[in-house]
Amino acid sequence: MSGREVVVVGAYNTPQARVLEGQTSDSVTLAAITGALDDAGLTTADVDGLTVLPGLQYRGGADAFGYALGIPWFWTGAQVPGPAAVVEAAAAIGAGACDTVVLAGGQAGVYTDRAAVAPWARTPNEFIECWGLMTPAEWAMAAQQYLHRFSVPREKIAHVAAVIRNNGSRNPEAVYFGRGPYTAEDVLASRMIADPYHLLDCATTSEGGSALVLTTAERAADLDVAPVRVLGGAWDSWGPTYTHPPTYDRVAMWGRKAGDAAFAQAGLSRDDVDVFEFYDNFSWEIVRYFESLRYCDVGEGPDLVAGDAIESTGRYPIVTDGGTMSHSHTGESQRLQRVVQAVRQLRGESAANQVVGAEVALVAVIGEVLLLGA
Amino acid sequence: MTTTDRPVPHPSPLTEPFWAACREGRLLVQRCDKCGAHVFTPQEFCRECHADALTWVESAGDGHVVTFTVIWRPQTPAFDVPYVVAVVRLEEGYEMVTNIVGTPPDVVTIGAPVRVRFTPVTDAITLPCFELA
Repeated sequence: MSGREVVVVGAYNTPQARVLEGQTSDSVTLAAITGALDDAGLTTADVDGLTVLPGLQYRGGADAFGYALGIPWFWTGAQVPGPAAVVEAAAAIGAGACDTVVLAGGQAGVYTDRAAVAPWARTPNEFIECWGLMTPAEWAMAAQQYLHRFSVPREKIAHVAAVIRNNGSRNPEAVYFGRGPYTAEDVLASRMIADPYHLLDCATTSEGGSALVLTTAERAADLDVAPVRVLGGAWDSWGPTYTHPPTYDRVAMWGRKAGDAAFAQAGLSRDDVDVFEFYDNFSWEIVRYFESLRYCDVGEGPDLVAGDAIESTGRYPIVTDGGTMSHSHTGESQRLQRVVQAVRQLRGESAANQVVGAEVALVAVIGEVLLLGA
Repeated sequence: MTTTDRPVPHPSPLTEPFWAACREGRLLVQRCDKCGAHVFTPQEFCRECHADALTWVESAGDGHVVTFTVIWRPQTPAFDVPYVVAVVRLEEGYEMVTNIVGTPPDVVTIGAPVRVRFTPVTDAITLPCFELA
């Protein structure tokens, strides 16, 4: 990245649970901010930039929180907190627009009508919602087309879900800690949600918050924390979400351009990455990331993820906290969880599934790509 | 609205002609006066050549299944499972998200030819579903 070097000095997940009794989206977001600042050894008096998404309040979250926290003037980011928001904030810090940015999100108490799918999985779009479409079905249609085109047996995709869930099963911080182990056969035996996705191929739903603190490498030198460097990153949009037909041809290369940019900025090759914190909203997405980010040719992803390759002891360790399938999925702040987990891996402080000697982490959340270094 | 009611489109001035035609059993699509491209969902200007001269024309309503999913966990209780959501490519060269109806879900396949079948949902809204041709 150009300009001042930017590092992550705080990374924190609040306790996550299916339901956090008595909590609100604001309260868990505040808890996440406090936890990340404590982790960094900083206070709100040090903060002059915010990217905040409480619950599903997509506009004005940073403004509201900055005021509520008593920060008089502050930079605000526009991205949903996650890898793209880290890139956005790093650019602002690097350019001198601000010095210390908190990125935070959290949700509690939003998903109450359990007869319906979660509110964030239902889009109000006029040409989408009326068909009974929801996010699992959106993503399922691209996966279905891929499996058909490349004649991929479903077991190869279910294997991905089993590995991720088993990572979470070993993680005491995961909502589904101790649940498992699972095999690909278990995934395929779970009830069907939206063909080809069975229940265990899909993200769960839960509550909790997450936050990060970014500052300059110069400022970090005064802190009692091992800084994690922002090496590169970018993001690709594909247009409005959940509006246009989600075919494989539209989805397949989502993130490739961002990935190319991230590796070029970092001056790294694909082989330099030690841990892959990919967004596991649905099992086949992991295959798509490896293809779109040029780890293999299109159609070869199912073979790349086979066997032990994506275990924490393998060459391509993925989703080491258990991800949305086992650790937690709150609607939006799970995007930050991917970065939090990458930071903890690079510090050697993962609660489970530590990748020995991890020095470079690749984070990808749909079209957002971020490279971090120890 | 509760989640026991099927969600229905709330047309905008831009999209009202589409839904009005559906009520009459006609499938409309915008066609660019300049380059001839068919544009869907409704837009203010052509995605191909950016001309703002889009005219509503009638689609023949014939196409094929690009991809689909059979849903067993409904969006809301308003939907009876299993139901099929699909992306259909019309012969005019544009794609729509829709439901495949009138057939057991397990006979739907990628590539299957389909034709439009209008399904009234409320007095105001008739949905352009598709059936196997």
